[in-house]
Amino acid sequence: MTSERQSFFRNRWLPWLLIAPQLAIVVIFFFWPAGQALYQSVLSEDAFGTSVQFVGLENFVRLWNDPGYLASFNTTALFSSLVASLGLSVSLLLAVMANRVVRGALFYRTLLIWPYAVAPVVAGVLWTFMFAPSVGIVSAALRHWGLDWNHLLNPRHAMALIVMAAVWKQISYNFLFFLAGLQSIPPSLIEAAAIDGAGPWRRFWTIVFPLLSPTAFFLLVVNVIYAFFDTFAIVDAVTRGGPGQETSILVYKVYFDGFKALDLGGSAAQSVILMAIVIGLTVVQFRFIERRVQY
Amino acid sequence: MAMVENRRFLTVLTHFGLLLGVLIVGFPLYVTVIASTQTAQDIVQNAPMSLWPGSHFWENYQTALWGGQSEYGSRIAPALPMLGISLASAMIIAIGKILISLLSAFAIVYFRFPLRSFVFWMIFVTLMLPVEVRIGPTYEVVANFGLIDTMTGLTLPLIASATATFLFRQFFLTVPDELLEAARIDGASPMQFFRDHLLPLSATSMAALFVIQFIYGWNQYLWPLLMTTNESMYPIVLGIKRMLSGGDAANEWNVVMATAILATLPPAAVVLLMQKWFVRGLVDTEK
Amino acid sequence: MGSLSFRAVQKTYGSGSRAVQVIAGLDMEVADGEFVAIVGPSGCGKSTLLRMVAGLEEITLGEIRIDGRIVNGLEPSERDIAMVFQNYALYPHMSVFDNMAYGLKIAGISRAEIEQRVGSAARILELSELLARKPRQLSGGQRQRVAMGRAIVRKPKVFLFDEPLSNLDARLRAQTRLEMRRLHLELGTTTLFVTHDQVEAMTLAQRMMVMNAGVVEQIGTPESVYARPASLFVAGFIGSPPMNLLAGRAEPDGFILKGQADIRLPCHPPHGEIGSSNLILGVRPEHVRIATTPGSVLSVPDQERLDWAFQVDLTEMLGAERLVHGRLGAAPFTLRQETAEAVPPASGRVRVQVDQRDLHWFDARTGRRVDAAHP
Repeated sequence: MTSERQSFFRNRWLPWLLIAPQLAIVVIFFFWPAGQALYQSVLSEDAFGTSVQFVGLENFVRLWNDPGYLASFNTTALFSSLVASLGLSVSLLLAVMANRVVRGALFYRTLLIWPYAVAPVVAGVLWTFMFAPSVGIVSAALRHWGLDWNHLLNPRHAMALIVMAAVWKQISYNFLFFLAGLQSIPPSLIEAAAIDGAGPWRRFWTIVFPLLSPTAFFLLVVNVIYAFFDTFAIVDAVTRGGPGQETSILVYKVYFDGFKALDLGGSAAQSVILMAIVIGLTVVQFRFIERRVQY
Repeated sequence: MAMVENRRFLTVLTHFGLLLGVLIVGFPLYVTVIASTQTAQDIVQNAPMSLWPGSHFWENYQTALWGGQSEYGSRIAPALPMLGISLASAMIIAIGKILISLLSAFAIVYFRFPLRSFVFWMIFVTLMLPVEVRIGPTYEVVANFGLIDTMTGLTLPLIASATATFLFRQFFLTVPDELLEAARIDGASPMQFFRDHLLPLSATSMAALFVIQFIYGWNQYLWPLLMTTNESMYPIVLGIKRMLSGGDAANEWNVVMATAILATLPPAAVVLLMQKWFVRGLVDTEK
Repeated sequence: MGSLSFRAVQKTYGSGSRAVQVIAGLDMEVADGEFVAIVGPSGCGKSTLLRMVAGLEEITLGEIRIDGRIVNGLEPSERDIAMVFQNYALYPHMSVFDNMAYGLKIAGISRAEIEQRVGSAARILELSELLARKPRQLSGGQRQRVAMGRAIVRKPKVFLFDEPLSNLDARLRAQTRLEMRRLHLELGTTTLFVTHDQVEAMTLAQRMMVMNAGVVEQIGTPESVYARPASLFVAGFIGSPPMNLLAGRAEPDGFILKGQADIRLPCHPPHGEIGSSNLILGVRPEHVRIATTPGSVLSVPDQERLDWAFQVDLTEMLGAERLVHGRLGAAPFTLRQETAEAVPPASGRVRVQVDQRDLHWFDARTGRRVDAAHP
């Protein structure tokens, strides 16, 4: 991974000085806490820290057998697949359309990328406002059409709302990448296919989409990671994990168990599991990217 | 992309679709702006609120900025100091990250030193550890250093992740070896090479990264939630959330929406003003 | 002054069983002010050698001295050298002026002195109008000159050129070659010039070093390298069109072409090689004349003149000269004529003549030159 440059400087101490700041922060705020999480996950201590016991994998076993935790797993899986699939398809559609137009391209792009600037929590607040059971515009419209919307009571409504808010926020990012991917496809390929008699629909699925698949895969991983972690603020703003625990995704549960319920061992174990998931996803992503570079 | 078939119909349809997309994406914003110009009563009691602008623009924003009393008698915290906190922390995070990463990437790419690969992997691994997976222990570390409720505690743990280092490393790898050799022959020391050549050449990357990191810093929620207890240290995103008093109870939605707009203006401005570099940088980062 | 000295210089990459030697032991002395061309095919090690002088590559074994001073451990900037890269390596974000001034600025030279030096170099290279421009606003030839300017202003002891003309188009290359020649006459700085183009080497160099696969095949003036190539490689590499090389067996007064027992070229192979089947005969295309009239077309003493039978296949018209491709027996053979000479028949046999003294002999196994000794 580190490249072999022929020319390089020969100082001995300067490079250490240069990386010292980053290394220091990384050790203090990444590795030390990660190590602590690992350590804590095999302990059981009470909230005041007065009794500490080494319990091996008991915390993990407890999680495994805890229906609440498994439910959270399911919730997270559902949530992330919805966010990823909806987010990617809508963005792809927009990107395909934006790629076609000649005039106004910059106009559309500007108007579609600004949501990137919106904080997840603000996104949550906005969508809560629109869908608030009593005062929301959209919920009023829904009621007018016969749907009694209440995401505070109905778990399916709650899930739908956080999915919508999460997808809305992520559209810009996906859109930008898809657009760049589309623009990097040589027009001559499309033209050759057209000459061969393929219509737009077939051209898209047999030529454009395969060439776009590295981008799509990359975005898939990014969106899943996003759905796992960056959406904490949305959940906290919209449903607070509710109703009950129905929308408590994994990262939310870690927070809740650690800081509200004060189950430190369980929370640490959950953190460790989350770490494993992220590492797995990131490794997959990088493996694929490296291979794609050969492409 | 060249138009292969000149189908007018398809073009019109495409524009229509895009406009639809723009409208759907923009609708929440529109609603927010409208809501911020009305009174809380309009919104709550006369629900659903009208979709036309109200007349309370200035009042609402003033209340939002400087705090005050809502129509329902509850206290509204002033947004201005929180905006200041957000601005300060976003700038510190963005600039700090860029500086630290420039130096690290420079060291990794242009020097040979023992353990270089190991150091590189250490930094790489941090990509896989967003703050959300280590909140508990990181909180403890920060607390032990006495950094709760401080700007340092708010920003330092977020400064050292590897995205920026990666971006700069990728970029430095594209700088031709000969440039370095010519500079060495010219007698430039490593830091002179860094200052006179790498920095100017990295300007675009730095700009793109600034946008990304500024937004990242501005939008931080979970971490400030954990380690600030004092209202004077709340960033604006935290402030907004706290204004929602849960459930469906009467909220000062008009002021909340005004605050939401205020909270979104600076990052939106940064994105829109630096759009060109940002798009280029974002797309190149991950490749 | 700027003398250059190589003593037992070697370069090896890797170590142990995976070591690759890219430069075998080299000894050479370059006088102050001399223009030496290092020529050879890609991968022969010539650029590596240059970079070792520059300080951009480690010297595995041996010593390199500049002006009598051992430079083995010194940084490039401490060696008082200047280098022009194949791709010019101009600083893209700096103006032409700043590009040329950078090294001087680092060295702490005064602003006035910098302006004076850059100004005079710009004048010599006709860059004075372009000083404010950035490299991307310049043409290839202009960029090349800026790279030269950057080297000149440093007033180094040695100039190092790494294929500086390779990226120019043909006409510009010829033009720039002349300018480099003029520059060398004017400045008189010791120069090491690396190229894969033997024409460049021949026209510019006072002395040439021909390299192949890390080994120095010959060092000498262009004339001597051309007239007496020391090895098969040099013989085939230097000279355009290349020398004809024929394998065969030596007999007292003839050379039997390999695989063609009945084709015998009358000549006098070197005394010590008679009977050997490991001999290669070399003749340059321009040393062979077609005899269209009976008798002699070469003005050489009778005992040195040789007559051979040549089969014409096709002719190439190159402007001032003509290349006639054909065969001696079955072996491919090319000869060169002035366009003024009579056009050879489109095909068919003709008589050709060559001066015995223009024949070169090489040992097929070692590739070394064998000198003909006349009885």
